Amino acid sequence: MIRQHLAILQVMLPMLCAPLCVFARRPVIAWLIATAATLFALAGSFILFAQALNAGVISYHLGGWAPPWGIEFRLDAANSFVLIIVSLVGAVCMIYGRDSIPREIKSSDQPLFYTMMMLCFSGMLGVTSTGDAFNLFVFLEIFSLSSYVLVAMGAGSDRRALTAAFTYLLLGTIGATFFVIGLGFIYVLTGTLNMADIAVRIAGMSGSGTLHVGFAFIIVGIGLKLAIFPLHLWLPNAYTHAPSVVTALLAGTSTKVALYALLRMLYTVFSPDLPFEALILHYLFLPLGLTAVFVASIIALFQSDVKRLLAWSSIAQSGYFLLGVSFANIGGLTATLVHMFNHAIMKSSLFLAVGCVVYRTGSCSVASFRGLGQKMPWTMSAFVIGGLSMIGVPATVGFVSKWYLVLAALERGWWPVAFAIVAGSLLALFYFGRVIEAAYLQPSPENSAVTEAPVSMLAPLWALTISCLALGINSELTVSTARAAAEALLAPHAGLPAHMGP
Amino acid sequence: MKHHLILLMAAKLMIPPILLFALYVQFHGDYGPGGGFQAGVIFASAFILYGLVFGLDELRRVAPLSAVTKLMAAGWGLYIGVGYAGVATGGMFLDYGRLSSDPIAGQHTGIFLVELGVGMAVASTMLAIYQCFAAHQSRELTDDEW
Repeated sequence: MIRQHLAILQVMLPMLCAPLCVFARRPVIAWLIATAATLFALAGSFILFAQALNAGVISYHLGGWAPPWGIEFRLDAANSFVLIIVSLVGAVCMIYGRDSIPREIKSSDQPLFYTMMMLCFSGMLGVTSTGDAFNLFVFLEIFSLSSYVLVAMGAGSDRRALTAAFTYLLLGTIGATFFVIGLGFIYVLTGTLNMADIAVRIAGMSGSGTLHVGFAFIIVGIGLKLAIFPLHLWLPNAYTHAPSVVTALLAGTSTKVALYALLRMLYTVFSPDLPFEALILHYLFLPLGLTAVFVASIIALFQSDVKRLLAWSSIAQSGYFLLGVSFANIGGLTATLVHMFNHAIMKSSLFLAVGCVVYRTGSCSVASFRGLGQKMPWTMSAFVIGGLSMIGVPATVGFVSKWYLVLAALERGWWPVAFAIVAGSLLALFYFGRVIEAAYLQPSPENSAVTEAPVSMLAPLWALTISCLALGINSELTVSTARAAAEALLAPHAGLPAHMGP
Repeated sequence: MKHHLILLMAAKLMIPPILLFALYVQFHGDYGPGGGFQAGVIFASAFILYGLVFGLDELRRVAPLSAVTKLMAAGWGLYIGVGYAGVATGGMFLDYGRLSSDPIAGQHTGIFLVELGVGMAVASTMLAIYQCFAAHQSRELTDDEW
């Protein structure tokens, strides 16, 4: 029975655990509930992925109402792949949180903190699973609203978290409003909210002005959530001032989920064959992606706070995502999906490593990293491996991402773009080099009694670091699953019931 | 408090009808205009009026923040619980029709319980927001906090 309802249970079990955490008397019980839910979701997402890959699309009808009238959870290779990313990073962050969270959140707030983590987690899984565009908006709001609260909970150690959360709230709400306005236009035009059904119905409407306006609103709305280059202003402060675990979770998953929503809209609901979308991809996404890579990397060079440096690096990485999307071929899409998985692993591991440093030194400025190479060898070597991966050194996952991005650029014959991707990686070398230089080549301050982080934090960190190396050496697994996911995104009509067919 | 006599009397007269009207909106929601959201707000407004007139400490005695938070989670749990009831009875998630032998009666029971959950959650959220804002004492930020 669990197997049959797995598509909904892996979203709704965390959702049920959220109110349970409120009733937990001791923080550790709330932690146990939350960790169990994320582990269940992790196991569930692997089963669902295998099922979607082998047995075809999984369709779950909420309340027993058949689509397109009712809400449908529709899992194909693409979104079950994203489910694995979200639940993997979520589970690792929860395990890591056992020691990290009590240090940064006061104990009376901890059960509510876990409640918010569960809501955020279940919202992200919901966005990924649903096949209904309005339901996607609802889950997007569940995860956004809870992540504003999570960012604001950094106020225990730094009150600037409050202004960061407020900016995030304003921009995120504008994004959500744009998305729902766009959806309204599409609904007026097609009379349906089921994404596969919309795809069938707009096929002959590419000249409609309503469709263009709806498309523009949806793209800008998701762009705000994804922190596409000119819409990224909320991100650096939110990542810098949020508690360490929250930053690692958001950096690894929230932009990935928004990217998934963007891909679903661009490739399944709309199609790159529509003339206006092809124009947007070519004349908007390509230049924005290139600008993001260079501008954000150069800004990252001048940051004195390591969390903020990594946040700017995330904006630069969203530029690579846009580049992959703008190629509008299966190679580019595969590269984007590979990079989505790889970036989730390496960016989360970097933020977890910074979390270990914050745990021991209480600060995350570049200056506080001086001499940590000797004092915290395990943490810093994980940081170095994560950094090398972000640069794109062979034998790490970062190299695999860059390799497929360059291949996709060459497939289109865009030599300058391929060159720019490599040049952008060089900039990453400089900003990570600063931190690594401080950690290994500068002496630690006198009388510092910093020691290695506890094993309960190092183990999840190293689990990500090892997968970062293992999947970098043997890239077959991620690349073949990403290719299957890319093919699923480009086949909106696969597995549709007869009454919804084109 | 003597000089607020009119206010006190008016509030005492108003609060019971407001609560009653909230319950009407809640339970009549499936026949006429209404439902959990509206009923929750009306229900909470009676408590907020009580807090405005009798003071925050008195409101905290009647509706302590810890209890309000638990009620919020309980309402939310009730909604999800109805969803799971559909699964437990062999249907799909949120399949209310299964809650009774007659599908129409089952749909009725389902939406009734869901709206009750929404009402509890909305009323307690309104109360929690009011209490948090009313208790807020602003503190000047020091220079290094910026």
